[in-house]
Amino acid sequence: MPEKVLMKGNEALAEAAIMAGCRHFFGYPITPQTELAAHMSKRMPKVGGVYLQAESEVAAVNMVLGASAAGVRAMTSSSSPGISLKSEGLSYLAGSDLPALIVNVQRAGPGLGGIQPSQADYWQATRASGHGDFKMLVFAPSTVQEMIDLVADAFSLGDEYRMPAMILSDGLLGQMMEPVVMDDTKRTEVPERPWAVSGHGNKREHNIVNSLYIDPPNLEAILKERYEKYERIKEKEQRCEEYRTDDAEIVLVAYGASARISRSAVDAARKEGIKAGLIRPITLWPYPEKAISSRMATAKAFLCVEMSTGQMVDDVRLIVNGKRPVSFYGRTGGMIPTPAEVLNEIKKMNGGI
Amino acid sequence: MKFQRPHALTDIQFHYCPGCSHGIVHRLVAEAIDELGVEGNTTGVASVGCSVFAYNYFNCDMVQSPHGRAQAVATGIKRARPGNVVFTYQGDGDLAAIGTAETVHAATRGENITVIFINNAIYGMTGGQMAPTTLPGQVTQTTPYGRNVKEAGHPIRVCEMLSTLSGVALAERVSVDSVKNVKAAKKAIKKAFEYQVEGKGYTIIEVLSSCPTNWGLSMQDSLVWIRENMMSYYPLGVYRDIGAEEGKE
Repeated sequence: MPEKVLMKGNEALAEAAIMAGCRHFFGYPITPQTELAAHMSKRMPKVGGVYLQAESEVAAVNMVLGASAAGVRAMTSSSSPGISLKSEGLSYLAGSDLPALIVNVQRAGPGLGGIQPSQADYWQATRASGHGDFKMLVFAPSTVQEMIDLVADAFSLGDEYRMPAMILSDGLLGQMMEPVVMDDTKRTEVPERPWAVSGHGNKREHNIVNSLYIDPPNLEAILKERYEKYERIKEKEQRCEEYRTDDAEIVLVAYGASARISRSAVDAARKEGIKAGLIRPITLWPYPEKAISSRMATAKAFLCVEMSTGQMVDDVRLIVNGKRPVSFYGRTGGMIPTPAEVLNEIKKMNGGI
Repeated sequence: MKFQRPHALTDIQFHYCPGCSHGIVHRLVAEAIDELGVEGNTTGVASVGCSVFAYNYFNCDMVQSPHGRAQAVATGIKRARPGNVVFTYQGDGDLAAIGTAETVHAATRGENITVIFINNAIYGMTGGQMAPTTLPGQVTQTTPYGRNVKEAGHPIRVCEMLSTLSGVALAERVSVDSVKNVKAAKKAIKKAFEYQVEGKGYTIIEVLSSCPTNWGLSMQDSLVWIRENMMSYYPLGVYRDIGAEEGKE
């Protein structure tokens, strides 16, 4: 068993990507993902990999597109305003059926917003990552250990389904240090990519990586096929962690940094005799609908906690569909909710049900 | 001697308008690939514009790039497969307007790729709007009174601009308006691919090209228009050639 080491979230994620066989990183400086790119610039030359600082976020994501099309594991990382710039590339990656890892270490928006942690890019990640009908796999770590563990999953599921994957982190998880285990036994091999444009070697027909389908019936058929794949993913890949939910009457739903805070609030509520529990989505797309649906057996009400003005709460409301009250508590703009604030919300709800 | 289709071109009929230069330039690129014997390890990048379907016409592996990003995509391919030959095929709007940053930075990095740059002074695919290379006074759909440089700015001379950058191994402007110039263009394109194979760095061949449809001219008059209007603003010639500079030393 490997020993525990103390690592910063951003650096741990970068090292995990190298461990997962990624040798191509294309980035552009932005706070608060700084340590991730810095770690890559230090490590990639040592492992025979490529670290390239692009002229823009737009160029970086298109370099990822080129590298992925050529058949290698490639990634980029950024923070919220930079992810907006990458949205063009995300749409093309999805439209070209290319796997790639995109890391968003979220900060506050809109515009330049601020550089403190935020979860205000949930809609962007799960709804509107770029133009057109498409989805990305979206993973939400809540510990530095998960910043490591989810990287291999994002790469391997992206490969399996031939689609881009995002790790939606935030400035809090990126900057914090925790003891972690770097377990390279989980490492997955990069699969064969017979579709790659790596040169046909005069042995096969030429491969074309493309997102243009000028004939509407053809494009519709391709989109429908892609959405059938998305349905299979929704069936198979939903992930969440449940905490003290067995008999929970007030079910909190929170991901990432706000899930850590909500967990403390659940413990505090239990001490006061309130039956509270927490569902922590690990995949934001596909969203863990099944877990929330089945929790309605005991739940009298749901409380969504986010570092935004309320985005993921939409998904909870869609699933609950009016059958239970769904409340929201959030801080935004780089402010972080405290366990006491969340406990206060739980108590208010407990009085009302 | 039998006139045959180069192996690096597929058997698909071009969709280009009569008198458009794309067909000639596609052929020259394919001939260069054939003569160097690199089709099996070449990846081409098609851009957005009339040449978007180039991925159907070249027999090597092909990627279709977002508008303006061809050289970033090519960078990703080249860094993933350094042993491959990688080229982009871009028009003036793609390369010198929306893709200016990608172009300048691929060039200054000395990215070991070959860029085929079609300069026809207009946006063809979208129906004839002002391009970054549209000449002063030239009438287009979006400069109906002629390009007024006080308002619309001046055309960009790409080879001259890029020739100041240390990463550029070869920057040459050619034309395909005459047999003599087509032969010179072929030589330049082949040289660019050779430089890439030799690892010399970034190579760009700018080809002055015709667009009879959007210029509103006959095929013959379009060739005259290139000679009489384009060549004075965009003089043909070699703007940077590190091979020749090495030779002098």
